[in-house]
Amino acid sequence: MSTTSTTIVNLPDQRTATIPKKNYITAEDGLLSWLLTGDHKRIAMLYLVSITFFFFIGGAFAGLIRLELLTPQPDLVASDTYNKLFSMHGIVMVFLFLVPSVPATLGNFLIPIMIGAKDLAFPKINLLSWYLYMAGGLFTLAALVLGGVDTGWTFTTPLSTHYLNTHVVTAGLGVFIIGFSSIFTGLNFIVTIHRMRAPGMTWFRMPLFVWSNYAASILMVLGTPVLAITLVLVVLERTIHIGVFDPTLGGDPLLFQHLFWFYSHPAVYIMILPGMGVISEVISTFSRKRVFGYTAVAFSSVAIAVFGFFVWEHHMFIMGVSNYSALVFSLLTMLVAVPSAIKVFNWAFTLQKGSITFETPMLYAFAFIGLFTIGGLTGVFLGSLGMDIHLTETYFIVAHFHYVMVGGMLMAFMSGVHFWWPKMVGRMYPESLSKLSAVTSFIGFNLTFMPQFILGYLGMPRRYHSYPAEYQVLNVLSTAGATVLGIGFLLPLIYLAWSLKYGAIAGNNPWQATGLEWQIQSPPLTENFIETPIVDYEAYDYEWLAHKTEQEVTTVG
Amino acid sequence: MHISPVLWQFLVKWLTNSALFPREASTIAPYADALYFFLLLITIVGLVLVGALVFGFSVRYRKERNPVATQVEGSTLLEATWTIIPLALFLIVFVWGALLYFRIYSPPTNATNIYVVGKQWMWKAEHPGGQHEINALHVPTGQPIQLTMISQDVFHSFSIPDFRVKREVIPGRYSTVWFEATTPGTYHIFCTQYCGTKHSGMIGEVTVLSPEDYKKWTEGSTSGMSLAQNGERLFASMGCNACHSGNAAARGPSLAGVYGSKLRLSNGSEVLVNEAFLRDAILNPSQHAMAGYAPIMPTYQGQISEEGLIDLVEYLKALKTNYRVQQTLTTSESNQAAPMTPGVVKP
Amino acid sequence: MDNTIVATHDTHAEEHHHVSLPQHRHHFETEQQQREAGTFGMWLFLLTEIMFFGGLFFAYLLYRNWYNPAFVAASNQLSIPLGTVNTAVLISSGFFMALGVWAAEVRKKGLLVIFLILTIISGCVFLGVKYFEYKEKWEKHHIPGASFDISEFVNPPLNPKTGKPIEEPLAPDMAQKTQVFFSLYFAMTGMHALHMIIGIVLLFWLTWRAHRGEFSSGYVAPIENFGLYWHFVDIVWIFLFPLLYLINRHPGT
Repeated sequence: MSTTSTTIVNLPDQRTATIPKKNYITAEDGLLSWLLTGDHKRIAMLYLVSITFFFFIGGAFAGLIRLELLTPQPDLVASDTYNKLFSMHGIVMVFLFLVPSVPATLGNFLIPIMIGAKDLAFPKINLLSWYLYMAGGLFTLAALVLGGVDTGWTFTTPLSTHYLNTHVVTAGLGVFIIGFSSIFTGLNFIVTIHRMRAPGMTWFRMPLFVWSNYAASILMVLGTPVLAITLVLVVLERTIHIGVFDPTLGGDPLLFQHLFWFYSHPAVYIMILPGMGVISEVISTFSRKRVFGYTAVAFSSVAIAVFGFFVWEHHMFIMGVSNYSALVFSLLTMLVAVPSAIKVFNWAFTLQKGSITFETPMLYAFAFIGLFTIGGLTGVFLGSLGMDIHLTETYFIVAHFHYVMVGGMLMAFMSGVHFWWPKMVGRMYPESLSKLSAVTSFIGFNLTFMPQFILGYLGMPRRYHSYPAEYQVLNVLSTAGATVLGIGFLLPLIYLAWSLKYGAIAGNNPWQATGLEWQIQSPPLTENFIETPIVDYEAYDYEWLAHKTEQEVTTVG
Repeated sequence: MHISPVLWQFLVKWLTNSALFPREASTIAPYADALYFFLLLITIVGLVLVGALVFGFSVRYRKERNPVATQVEGSTLLEATWTIIPLALFLIVFVWGALLYFRIYSPPTNATNIYVVGKQWMWKAEHPGGQHEINALHVPTGQPIQLTMISQDVFHSFSIPDFRVKREVIPGRYSTVWFEATTPGTYHIFCTQYCGTKHSGMIGEVTVLSPEDYKKWTEGSTSGMSLAQNGERLFASMGCNACHSGNAAARGPSLAGVYGSKLRLSNGSEVLVNEAFLRDAILNPSQHAMAGYAPIMPTYQGQISEEGLIDLVEYLKALKTNYRVQQTLTTSESNQAAPMTPGVVKP
Repeated sequence: MDNTIVATHDTHAEEHHHVSLPQHRHHFETEQQQREAGTFGMWLFLLTEIMFFGGLFFAYLLYRNWYNPAFVAASNQLSIPLGTVNTAVLISSGFFMALGVWAAEVRKKGLLVIFLILTIISGCVFLGVKYFEYKEKWEKHHIPGASFDISEFVNPPLNPKTGKPIEEPLAPDMAQKTQVFFSLYFAMTGMHALHMIIGIVLLFWLTWRAHRGEFSSGYVAPIENFGLYWHFVDIVWIFLFPLLYLINRHPGT
């Protein structure tokens, strides 16, 4: 271990190193062995391929949206097409990308290994989750190909039930099916974490990545069914006119809003919590330090999940809800912001007295911290009742959620993919290219979305196809940024694929990290561990790691 | 606002002239902007703080300078600090925001009421004096204006960014918002709730006039019939005066002076009669039956447009005696049809 | 760098004697862990089902509060005798299921199969009765939609003995709201029936496996966990029945 190098990467001698012959990828051959697998790692890779596919579809829609918004006139596509573009962008990105991204890929791959188990509790249900995801994705694609859906990802009634003749039912069913994929993943994680921890792996010795996914799983399991029944009611209302949301028949369209947002607010925490878990792991590894305030971070994850269930009405402040209920929900919204702040400071202080290096995962983690801080604090703007009146339904909201979802969650996902890539495939990616992508996407992101805060305060409404000419300059800036951002996301696709064949052999622990996943081979065996590990050390125990490495050198030689 | 008014004016003027900030054209706008600047301030401070910590630590503790990390468990003091300070700041924001919210959504009693009906994809404004506007709204300065709004179809949202006001416009119930314009000029009206194909075309202009100009405008653009007059015509042509004649033996209660009163319903509860009550009573009469009267009033759901309902509500608001009601009993056939919206109302 | 865990242990792998039952899944360390995980998983799934039905119950509570007279009148259209029969049938099916679990635990294959079949039969009886109830609604034009007929609520038929209407007549606008009741009735009982159908299909599969002796040698987890599901479906009905059928009923009506 050289003390003068600026990286902690420690690869085996490339002249003699090879990928271990026996691993989960080579264990069985043939397409069917992948499509009928029970191995959580293979399922994770299936998810990785599929969510990447859907990400780029959603991204293509975003590109078209931004192209249209270069000019104030509606000149690129017809209005109905534009409405379909943003609706499908939202549906694909939220349900087919963000919700499953970290849990279904990194979570599936790592949670059993991190707690010392051989697999998740219910491998067949895990596979079912993926098939449900694909089925739902297929329905959504079908809706797209058949002509699209233009309800917005929020399916607002009575627009979606009575005033549109697009493929609402198909898209709604698609989301319904994907919802069950999410529920089963969450269920699997909860049972696994409760019941399958290795001897000595107590709750407070688990990596924080597991805690975050656990909290997100609670949300998945309790919140998603409400979305499911809401979509069922929308489909029923649309097909057989039951009138639950129709004011002319005695129904209440605001009921739909309550039911929809009861899930869709916790959904945003489903999306961000696993990403926060990634950040904990990455910051720790690249500072060579345990996470500052482990207990606080763990409890904050659970607190975000619990509080997250009680703030949904903040999406409805101007819809005529009772002023007093608005007060309650605004207060709760302020409370739910606090645990996120706690986490950010804990991560920052993890850096203090560490030994910091700036590999790609760390760059993405830094991007996350800065962008999530902006995104989260702009959420406080929106939780403040009087301010929300002016800001809601404008581009301020669009900017806010893109800061937390893309600047936060997507950066965290990229961080995690780069961090665990060597473990998952056994090879490293090219570092300079990956650093370039990180910086490019960071710059592109800010250029895209910072102008949108300004547009929002100016009053530009969201989901607008055309806009007053005075908003053009900011829109042009935003589109320019989107181009840069797109490049920043296309590059990893290329070099990660390249690395599968030509990347440097990674070895077990290229980052010299703690955590059970780094003590086994890369890629791991199908059964992860030959013998169940016995854990007698804390999480992020770098002293244990140093001691162990010395021991290896002296005993195995 | 404790900062110097000169500085404030300079800040706002500079910002609005730079096209990065909307104009302040209502009495509430400076209050909203003040909260916004406070929020911006804490965001910038927070970001700078986090950024400084991250960058500072990264530089000071980079591997070349600090090859060996020191394991630190945590610090309860720090945890408490960065829990309590953000919480305190957020609570300040909460209280401030709540006060602003109540200000924006509690109209003063002397507000002039203008009705707005939103439909795909236009705004119809109806002044009590009978002026009708489409995608436009003329208002005077210095006078609080309350907008009573309803949608004919889907959710819309009425937004005037330069006034810092916005409210959802919902089918089936009235929603209200108020403002007092300060500066003559024209300002954007946007529909901000996605409502279908021409959502981005559902825009208009508020024209703020000085009081004298406004008076000229009202005189010049009236259709001749005020909303209440239209309502009176509807009241007779739809046969409402048959039961609500104000006679002692009438089957329905007298409606003179009912607006603003506290009514005892047949289920025992007491309600304040406002616009929403009147509208609901026409559409769902059995739930609004007055104590002492049988719930025999038929429903007019599907038979009157929202504009018709607005006319009736305005009429009832102004109704003080039943004199003309009884006068029209014998001439209950109107020679003008009620306002209709094609396709929505049964002919 | 070798996997150090491999380095010290792979010579021992083959020497591991482990008498494992045929149902043992190898990612679990012990039988007990597997069983506990399975049960925990089923309870969690039932929790999601509570949230799923919860949305419907919430809508029901809201509208019942708003349109009470309409809900009362519409509820009186439902047949209490049929509903009671169904309740009894479901409770019996739950009883049979519980007996089935016992039979599996004491390894009596024949009894287990009998009890599973009895459960299926009870479930089918329940669905049969529901079919008749739905059919009656169809015939009376009480299915929400274009052909919904409110005349019975506005002009209730007269009681031949007293000459008075058997029901409090509703004003037309309130009578319209009976559609909301029926929408929720069909949505809730329909969703419940769907869960029952899924349960019965699973029961056929389990009965077949039970017949082959899969559950009579100590492996009871599928029967137990299915029992949990079946009891949950039963409990949902126990809530649905009073909420839908028994609004404001008085003896003698």
